[in-house]
Amino acid sequence: MPPVTPVHYLFLSTALFTIGVIGVLTRRNVIIILISIELIFNAVNINLVFFSSLFASVSGQTFAIFVIVAAAAEAAVGLGIIIALYRNKETVNADEIDLMKW
Amino acid sequence: MVLHDLFFYILAAIILGGGILTITRRNAVHSAIFLVMTLIGVAGLFLHLQAEFLAAVQVFLYIGGITVLFLFVIMLVNLDEAAKQRQFNRQWGLALGCVLLLVAELGYFLYQGKDSFSFAESSGALLQNNTQEIAMSLYRDYLLPFEIASLLLLVAIVGAVVMAKKQI
Repeated sequence: MPPVTPVHYLFLSTALFTIGVIGVLTRRNVIIILISIELIFNAVNINLVFFSSLFASVSGQTFAIFVIVAAAAEAAVGLGIIIALYRNKETVNADEIDLMKW
Repeated sequence: MVLHDLFFYILAAIILGGGILTITRRNAVHSAIFLVMTLIGVAGLFLHLQAEFLAAVQVFLYIGGITVLFLFVIMLVNLDEAAKQRQFNRQWGLALGCVLLLVAELGYFLYQGKDSFSFAESSGALLQNNTQEIAMSLYRDYLLPFEIASLLLLVAIVGAVVMAKKQI
């Protein structure tokens, strides 16, 4: 087991970010796309908190709080949109919502 | 420091395992439950990095708030139909290829530059009184962003209510 170096945290955060992006780009269910966006937010938070602890400066943690606030706002509005969409189109599949497709 | 390292590896396994299970499950409720697993792993990692306040915020806000919101919407929206259909869209091969290219690139550059991350080791005792430090930072240095965030939340509340209303 190799000792944990700073780059390990960056690899972890990159891997979580990638999992989130794969979820956003490949899934059809809109709710799971929103859940994947939460994974991406968490990857960013890991980076912010890690560098905050590495440099012993609390600013990174403050920014992580703002990221969490943005995530909460995004989830509330996104889920409201999903409910409105389901009421109008009776589907939660992202590729069936193609009203603006050329 | 072996215990410290072991803790990191266990938490990384929880986070990544939970993430992979989150995006592959057919049932959206299972996805939300595995999202909770990932979030708990991230909260543990915050504790590991001595960010106790953020670990608590993560548990209260993410696990207690956002995930419950997701579960409510999953129950409001009938997902039985969607669970029987195809789960991945038609471009999934192309999307996966592009993302793997992206991760290869990111991993390569991180690996190449890994020596530049070896800063002076933090003493570990500098962020004592974590909550107090964050409060000072939030209400003194970042007061304007804090107020803007409160405005953002107000707009999001109004927006969510308007979106979910039956008649706009």
